[in-house]
Amino acid sequence: MIEFTFWDILRNLVFATRWTVLLSAVAFAGGAAVGLLILFARISKQKWLRRFGSGYIALFQGTPLLMQLFLMFFGLPMLGFRIEPWTAAALGLTFYASAYLAEIWRGGVEALPLGQWDAGASLGLHRLQELRLVILPQAFAITRPPIVGFLVQLIKSTALTSIIGFEELLRTANAINNATFEPFTVYGLVAVIFFVLCYPLTQYARMLERKIPAH
Amino acid sequence: MGYSLDFGWLRDAAGAIAHGAAMTLFLIACTTVFGIVISILFAAARRSRYGILRKAVAVYVEVIRNTPFLVQLFFIYFGLPSIGIRLDPVVAAILAMTLNMAAYTTEIVGAGLDAVPKGQGEAAFALGLRPRQVFVKIILPQALKVIFPALISQVIIMMLESAVVSQIAVRELAHEADLLQARTFRSFETYFVVTLIYLALSMAIRRLFVAGGRRVLGAGVS
Repeated sequence: MIEFTFWDILRNLVFATRWTVLLSAVAFAGGAAVGLLILFARISKQKWLRRFGSGYIALFQGTPLLMQLFLMFFGLPMLGFRIEPWTAAALGLTFYASAYLAEIWRGGVEALPLGQWDAGASLGLHRLQELRLVILPQAFAITRPPIVGFLVQLIKSTALTSIIGFEELLRTANAINNATFEPFTVYGLVAVIFFVLCYPLTQYARMLERKIPAH
Repeated sequence: MGYSLDFGWLRDAAGAIAHGAAMTLFLIACTTVFGIVISILFAAARRSRYGILRKAVAVYVEVIRNTPFLVQLFFIYFGLPSIGIRLDPVVAAILAMTLNMAAYTTEIVGAGLDAVPKGQGEAAFALGLRPRQVFVKIILPQALKVIFPALISQVIIMMLESAVVSQIAVRELAHEADLLQARTFRSFETYFVVTLIYLALSMAIRRLFVAGGRRVLGAGVS
């Protein structure tokens, strides 16, 4: 039997936190890339693309993330990939994040006055150029507070990947708890670590909100 | 090697799935009632004269909103027994869900309270109503009307998040799915069907609340 001191527990948990942070970063980056495509579909001129976009968003926002992760975990092997918690977790969270990011950005795009599109068109810009040079920079700027807010939600969501076996903070905590039988300390510390990760971002989102005047 | 989907197990599993769905609805019903009552009290406390109450509610809201629900659940179910508080899984689940949802709805209710024009309260005072009557009869109904759509969304988010209470062996929808897939070895199909049921539940809850809200509050929600 190995003896765990308080510091051993804390050290192990802090080391495991890097996987939580890495997974959050990967899911956020992946989610932004896929989310941009979904955004394009959602605000497209083609009706069937808009339908697809809103269906995609409704599907991911209307079902539990845990079920999405399970479907990834058991569905990917059917397509010939190997079952691996890391890929299932990263892909699952990427799709989940993409739906939320696309929806937030759509709100930003729709909040802009229509004159912005007209002005772009009158300068002879293509629709894609309009988006890239006129619409998206403004939409990104005004949606920064909710995007940071969603990042907090995403970081918290990584805890669910412990259930499909990805070795992040909470799964490490479960293992330590099984060895030490000190759930109060172990889960208390996990909560503190998540709080330390999330609280500064929450405050940052609040600060951004105050800085951007409401339309 | 190809994989062929098989839904043949579904006929025998319908009872278990219905049972799980009923448990999920029971959990979210309790959570909605307790959560909204608590968040009205907390939102009022946050606007009270007592600094310590204001601060306590603020700390509660920040702690819950900046930690994952699953960690809160584990802390309540696994952690509290070591200080002598042992809870049944269902009770632990309802407690965790209520505390979690109330942290979000306290903010929503608070925003609603702030949105009611000051003149409403002053007019009620002038008519001779007591402070409590002013709050319950004049301010609160108007606030609830404003925030009703946001409350519905929060209830649905909580219902979806309740899938993780399967981790402390509460026999709700996600847990029934875990048990089924272990028996049938049809993991993907099982979770696929259950995911669709969650989707249907979230749409049904939205419909129900919209209809109920229109009737009780006269809230103009889409």
